[in-house]
Amino acid sequence: MTEPTRPLPNFEESDTAPFWEGTRDRQLRFQRCNDCDTVIFHPRRHCVGCLGHDLIWHDASGQGTVYSYSIVRQSYHPFFRQHVPYVVAWVDLDEGPRLLSNVVGIGDPSSDVHCGMAVRVEWEPHGDYAIPLFRPL
Amino acid sequence: MSVQQRDAAIVGIHEFPSRDVEGELSPLQIKAQSASKALADAGLTWSDVDGIYDAGEGGASGLTIAEYFGLSPTVIDTTNVGGSSYQFHAAHARRAIAASKARVALLTYGSTAHSNVSRIGTGGRGMGGYPADNLESFAGLTLIANYAMCARRHMFEFGTTSEQLAEISVATRCHAMRNPDAVRAMEDLEFLDIRETTVDDVVNSRMIADPLHLLECCMISDGGGAVIIAAPDVARDCRHKPVWILGTGEATKYPEGGADITSSAAVQSGPIGFGEAGVGPDEMDIAMIYDSFSITVLTILEDLGFCPKGEGGHWVEGGRLRFDRPSEGPALNTDGGGLSSNHPGMRGIFLLIEAARQLRGESTAQVEGAKLAVAHGNGGMLGSRHSAGTVVLGGD
Repeated sequence: MTEPTRPLPNFEESDTAPFWEGTRDRQLRFQRCNDCDTVIFHPRRHCVGCLGHDLIWHDASGQGTVYSYSIVRQSYHPFFRQHVPYVVAWVDLDEGPRLLSNVVGIGDPSSDVHCGMAVRVEWEPHGDYAIPLFRPL
Repeated sequence: MSVQQRDAAIVGIHEFPSRDVEGELSPLQIKAQSASKALADAGLTWSDVDGIYDAGEGGASGLTIAEYFGLSPTVIDTTNVGGSSYQFHAAHARRAIAASKARVALLTYGSTAHSNVSRIGTGGRGMGGYPADNLESFAGLTLIANYAMCARRHMFEFGTTSEQLAEISVATRCHAMRNPDAVRAMEDLEFLDIRETTVDDVVNSRMIADPLHLLECCMISDGGGAVIIAAPDVARDCRHKPVWILGTGEATKYPEGGADITSSAAVQSGPIGFGEAGVGPDEMDIAMIYDSFSITVLTILEDLGFCPKGEGGHWVEGGRLRFDRPSEGPALNTDGGGLSSNHPGMRGIFLLIEAARQLRGESTAQVEGAKLAVAHGNGGMLGSRHSAGTVVLGGD
């Protein structure tokens, strides 16, 4: 019987493929419009701030803060049910984008995670690609 | 007060009574049974229907739903925005009727989520196919944890407590215990220790996704229902007094850098709906608000203007939302809500049905002389992408 694995993205999905391509170099990428400076996340081909399409990819520093979080104690997903309790969080990158991810590398999730906590990206390799998780600074 | 437009009214309602069909009925069969009962309630029949509103949840599409019912409608609307689809349908039906494109609109809902053992809250599935899912599904966010993140941020910013959130569960259970269908639902779904609850009961129940406890989460039932909305001249000849649709608002909201998840799309839909109705939240006798979770209600009460943002926790304290305290504010979810009566996945239609019961004087937790109600649906996930549908209703 094969072990259930973390649900992986489709690394070739049209809008998000360049983001996942960046993870091969452990780069956390986001887009900014070259015409109006609007930060675009999740990735798209068009600017939502102006009518432009000239979006430039930037590498984020990987540092951010926990905007909010929950500790999942019940899951019926074949992979995640083996990992309860685990922390899901909205992480605000210093450059503006907000990512959904897990906070890892903590002791007791009931006391060791809080809103506003500083975190840094930590990569979980999957083949050449990697999933961006976050660990307290 | 501005002059209210009374263009369309709810004239027929039916809530499918069973919450556990034991796999013996399909969603489409529940929809059709509910439709015929709601038409009978109105004193109308199949051939009177010229507008169909359907979220597609039963498996039929805009191409096939009329065929299943055996109708030839001139208006077909298959809007699906999740659980609030029925608020959107009511808004669209009213507009179609006001424009003389339809005279009798049929809204139906059917689901066998319980029989199918759908793990709606804890299965960890994404929304399916939207590009952002491809950046989110790896994290194992359950639906409950999504809402829990709203609660956590609300606590962080405003000092809201689990005890305050529990007030919402306690009020809806108080109402459920007066509704025989809700009590039977809890029995059929094998709830333990079925009785009125206290704040302590709620905060001592098992944590599902911090900070949300078991008794702050809705049930997963089978079920369905139907609503008939008709033009004023039709409504005058129906069996019951019309329940007028006075105002409607629609909105969506989604994750963005810097977005505030302590507020929902109701901030946008509420003022549109109340503005069109020419009444304010302080005039509402009844608040039928989508109670997927305690935090959904607290957030939306604030967003609709019942109290200022951040003060909802204090505002709901002391049993304020009970049906027998009408001087203190609106009665909340007097059928027992999704928390304690009926939640087959998309509860929005029941908000319209119970609001109509109250304005007809037929609720099992009746507010004496109720004249105004708001039915507000939330679809999708409160902490990420979601929809808001506000429908303000008035008695005849």
